Amino acid sequence: MKAALAFTFAAAAFGQELLIRNVNIHPVTAPAVANTSLLIRDGRIAEISPKIRVPKTVKALDAQGAHLYPGMIDSATNLGMNEISSVREASDISEIGDFNPQLRTLVAVNPASEHIPVARANGLTAAITIPSGGIIAGQAGLMHLDGWTWEEMEVTRSAAMHLRFPVLRATQGLLRGAAPGAPVTFAEMQRAHQEQLDKLRLFFENARRYQKSKAAAGPGFRVDLKFEAMLPVLDGKLAVLINAAREREIREALDFAQREGIKVILSGVREPGTQIARIKSMGVAVIVGETLALPLEEDDAYDSPFTMPAELHKAGILFAFATYNTSMVRNLPYHAAACVPFGLPPEEALKAVTINPAKIWGVADRTGSIETGKWADLILTDGDPLETRTQIKHMWIRGREISLESKHTRLYQKYLARP
Amino acid sequence: MTRTRFPIAALTLVMLADARGEDLVIRNAKILTVTKGRLDGEILVRDGKIATVAEKVMTPAGARVIDAGGQFVMPGIIDCHSHIAAEAINESSVSVSSMVGIEDVLNPEDIAIYRALAGGVTTANILHGSANSIGGKCSVIKMRWGKDARGILFEGAKPGIKFALGENVKRRGSAPETTARTGTAPPAFLRYPATRMGVEDVIREAFLEARQYQAGWKEYRDKVARGERVQAPRRDLKLEPLVEVLENKRLLHAHCYRSDEILMLLRLADELGFKIKTLQHVLEGYKVAKEIAAHGAGASTFSDWWAYKIEAWDAIPYNAAIMHKKGVLVSLNSDSAELMRRLNTEAAKAMKYGGLTEDEALALVTINPARQLEVDHRAGSIEPGKDADLVIFDRHPLSNYAKVQKVLIDGEVYFDRETDINKRAATAARRQALLDKQRQQQLEQKKGAARRPQ
Repeated sequence: MKAALAFTFAAAAFGQELLIRNVNIHPVTAPAVANTSLLIRDGRIAEISPKIRVPKTVKALDAQGAHLYPGMIDSATNLGMNEISSVREASDISEIGDFNPQLRTLVAVNPASEHIPVARANGLTAAITIPSGGIIAGQAGLMHLDGWTWEEMEVTRSAAMHLRFPVLRATQGLLRGAAPGAPVTFAEMQRAHQEQLDKLRLFFENARRYQKSKAAAGPGFRVDLKFEAMLPVLDGKLAVLINAAREREIREALDFAQREGIKVILSGVREPGTQIARIKSMGVAVIVGETLALPLEEDDAYDSPFTMPAELHKAGILFAFATYNTSMVRNLPYHAAACVPFGLPPEEALKAVTINPAKIWGVADRTGSIETGKWADLILTDGDPLETRTQIKHMWIRGREISLESKHTRLYQKYLARP
Repeated sequence: MTRTRFPIAALTLVMLADARGEDLVIRNAKILTVTKGRLDGEILVRDGKIATVAEKVMTPAGARVIDAGGQFVMPGIIDCHSHIAAEAINESSVSVSSMVGIEDVLNPEDIAIYRALAGGVTTANILHGSANSIGGKCSVIKMRWGKDARGILFEGAKPGIKFALGENVKRRGSAPETTARTGTAPPAFLRYPATRMGVEDVIREAFLEARQYQAGWKEYRDKVARGERVQAPRRDLKLEPLVEVLENKRLLHAHCYRSDEILMLLRLADELGFKIKTLQHVLEGYKVAKEIAAHGAGASTFSDWWAYKIEAWDAIPYNAAIMHKKGVLVSLNSDSAELMRRLNTEAAKAMKYGGLTEDEALALVTINPARQLEVDHRAGSIEPGKDADLVIFDRHPLSNYAKVQKVLIDGEVYFDRETDINKRAATAARRQALLDKQRQQQLEQKKGAARRPQ
């Protein structure tokens, strides 16, 4: 029932119009325009102009000089799949098994999750939700943060195939005490790492054999759901989202992508080092690893997580920020803001939570900026959304006005009023 | 415990000359005093203490001058809940572990100290973990990077002790079938308590024992005072810290989440005659803010963490604001080496969630935690007589676009961004030299192995 409250304002936007007057528009893809108006019609941005003529019957909102930005998009979350992280029953993130390309996150998204309104309240209108577990974890989905069902939330059911690229990290076992049976010496770890890589190669090889035998349509061909799900990957139609934090891991991941001829998006990138040039030349997009995080090594510069995105920007790489979280998705803008004092231009930081993710996820024709024809995925604020002190005043997703109420605002009101 | 003992960054960071005894003037600063509003002016530091704060101070001959270039100066940030700089956190084998203390395991070479400094933190409360109802003793430290374990202690700070309630404490009492269901590793042995009821019992039993112990010593001292020759009671290192709590000589910091357990501890404290100095985490503190304020306990909470476990399910980012409005002394803490570095913007969240003013927000990470640790005569605001623990930010510290330029503790510069940047090439060269040396050794080992007859 509580979750339903959030949707009471979300009447169907089709056939409806809303005029937002006296507003400063920050389109993100163009310079800001002061004191103008914006018309929403049928869920889309119909017109932006200081002089929009509409009949008096059209609902109008006087923004009183507030600021209109595109809604923000988090490029890595577990939203809807995980309610309380320490409770096994409340989590649907990780499946058993090394290869599960057939799994789709969206079908396990709980549209009534309390985390969704909490994320929205700080200006998030869409998010990628990602499975994790094994080597190929499944298909990440892109969803709007509004809808009675996951189907209504869906933007792209299959936005990317999530490949958790096998990494060799000596610190895990060598220094911190390995679990029983886990590799301990460096040689053992290298062996285990190689075994995982071999498994992955074999899986791709088998998927290609399947592709051929399906094309041949010979007798005895049987559908295999795992390999079937790999076909768009092999055809280069579906990008593979590959986790790779450090230079060596990124090199291995890019080597793999080149060898297999697949389309790739890197995620969790922390220390790309010399691989930056190659990321650029291969035209690979990057989901930045958490920036509100400690440096990877003790002797790394204290500000290394904050300075890296500026390097990506200088190299001309398309990148976006992400929280890799559920309950802390609302802090996405602060991951971007943290890089501004360390060299990332503020307008680039803002792009990396709006238009950049829209481009990376293939929906820039529909969202990510304020342009006519695009969905009205908008937030009205009293200032820069990357600043903590800024308040989000209104939100629209596909033109529907969305309540900014959440479990948190309800408990606030309730207990503030306690006598 | 194996770990890199000498981070390269540490080796290459050259401590600036000891400034004690030398006068220092910080000029051209937007001074956020926290307790006395904002002042555009200068600060005179003498013998490591703030001597004068004024629009214009008298610059003594030979004084060092730092031109803040119109940037912001605020008091050093204080984190009332941290576990950095310690080699061990939890003595989890027993439910009452008051005999152990963080001071014995302080590690002044933890890189987290330097990183916290770089985030403007000058003081932190280093707590024992939350595995037991009555945990170990805590230490207040200053981020005097480069000093030894004794040198980082906040000298004269009142000692503390950690208590804990709720899930973390109960976990050791969970039977294997429960842990299997929840997917957590079963404990090696079962330890009482397994419920919040048991937690109350453990604390009550311990204090009844401590009161008896206290009475034994009082009786002994009375007899000695009367000139009687009697044998002293046997010292009990577990009960001594609890007697100190009863005698208000040791500050009690209690980890808690849910409103029921918070109320339980408040009532238990009233019954047994001790004070709770701070409730830590206290994520449902907003539900019992009235009761917390009535007891006089402080509250040190997270800005916006929630839902990471059942007892954090009702946590809200308005917690700090509600408690503050209802008369509780509130601070925001990190409990994390990462979050610790940006407590200034954590404070800004109390403006967003609950509408605190700038000064109220800054107080959450400066003067309020100083009061909670009873070091407010030394730290937490920019006032004459206090330690010169100061941070220079290039923009207003409540902005996400601000970064720390310099950090002073006792008038000494312990972090300087420019110095840090200038040292980076040398750090990288040293790292490379070590790697090269290691590769060379590996090559020689291989050659040696190849030469050995089969």
